[in-house]
Amino acid sequence: MEAIIKKRIKQVLKGDQDAYAEIVEIFKDKIFQLCYRMLGNRHEAEDMAQEAFIRAYVNITSFNINLKFSTWLYRIATNLCIDRIRKKKPDFYLDAEVAGTDGLTMYSQVPAETTLPEEEVESIELQDTIQREISKLPEKYRTVIVLKYIEELSLNEISEILDMPLGTVKTRIHRGREALRQQLRNV
Amino acid sequence: MNHEKMIAYMHEYLDEEISAEDEKELKEHLQQCKECFTHFHELEKSMALVKSIAHIQAPSDFTANVMSKLPKEKKKVGLQRWFRHHPLLTAASLFMVLMMGSLVSTWNAEQDLSVSKQPNLIVRNDTVIVPEGEVVTGDIVVRNGTIRIEGQVEGNVTIINGEKYMASAGEVTGEIKEVNAIFEWIWYHLKSGAREIVNLFNDEKGEEQSLDVAVFHPYIY
Ligand SMILES: [Zn+2]
Repeated sequence: MEAIIKKRIKQVLKGDQDAYAEIVEIFKDKIFQLCYRMLGNRHEAEDMAQEAFIRAYVNITSFNINLKFSTWLYRIATNLCIDRIRKKKPDFYLDAEVAGTDGLTMYSQVPAETTLPEEEVESIELQDTIQREISKLPEKYRTVIVLKYIEELSLNEISEILDMPLGTVKTRIHRGREALRQQLRNV
Repeated sequence: MNHEKMIAYMHEYLDEEISAEDEKELKEHLQQCKECFTHFHELEKSMALVKSIAHIQAPSDFTANVMSKLPKEKKKVGLQRWFRHHPLLTAASLFMVLMMGSLVSTWNAEQDLSVSKQPNLIVRNDTVIVPEGEVVTGDIVVRNGTIRIEGQVEGNVTIINGEKYMASAGEVTGEIKEVNAIFEWIWYHLKSGAREIVNLFNDEKGEEQSLDVAVFHPYIY
């Protein structure tokens, strides 16, 4: 996998734009998921994820080919999301609402005559609840929790992505876990 | 027992970084202490819940949307690839691009009067005169000016972006052509430059260098 990605990057560096499409295909779900769980809003997540890929493309010459591309891409996407969260801080609770309505949008897409099985409705409600609780975490804890538990990255990778000492990453994960334990204990 | 220490062990355990010795101590404690047991259970449960939502996919048109938003200036390779796969069309495009590119610029650049050099032609301001009683041999090409033909021309007369006046005594043995529109100008060059273009085609194959030049011509205008 890493070899294919490097090959495509070299093609992109030569100016072959089409080779970039394959890179986007490989990482789109991971990056979209990261943005969605960070921002709690599908529309914003799509914007940010697209922006991350565009920035990676524009700055591809500054990427060190000997490093892992995913780490670099995750860093770009994470920084974009953190910037976004910081900018919209006053609207925090409003956005938490938006996270909830996302589930409603999913209901409304279901044709009126068909009804969702009860467990599926419960599952959607549960997912919204979990997402809402993640969105309530301060951004520094939210970032590490999403990278570790949603993206399933190692502590070392997270430390590289965030350009942060491993010890700091661990401390933040511990605090994030403790916060979520209290928020989700009664779910 | 120190519950705080046990909570630290729990996190080490969840990070898979706990030593065998500490793990044993933690497990023993969890069997005895209800409070820590609950704490540990809540931690595991909440992380399992977070993990359970990790199956979201990007919208189906995501990649297409990204690709359509990338800056366009690096299309060069795409063009080169296209040219390689369509050699015949390449020849035609190259032909057009070269013609349009260089000729349009020549057309715009040449604003001053120019004329082919024959010793007995007279040039006065913007007017070229074939004097009465003189015989000018060879083709005459006048650009951006007027020609007055009072004498005789043994050859063709071409007027590009200009006018001609024929005196009653004036005589041209060959053809008289007036080229006043840019397309005529290009056509004129196509005919006169046909041989050079054929040579160019023969050299073109496999040379991306010359292709680059051709490809970038349109962007200048
Ligand atoms: Zn205890």
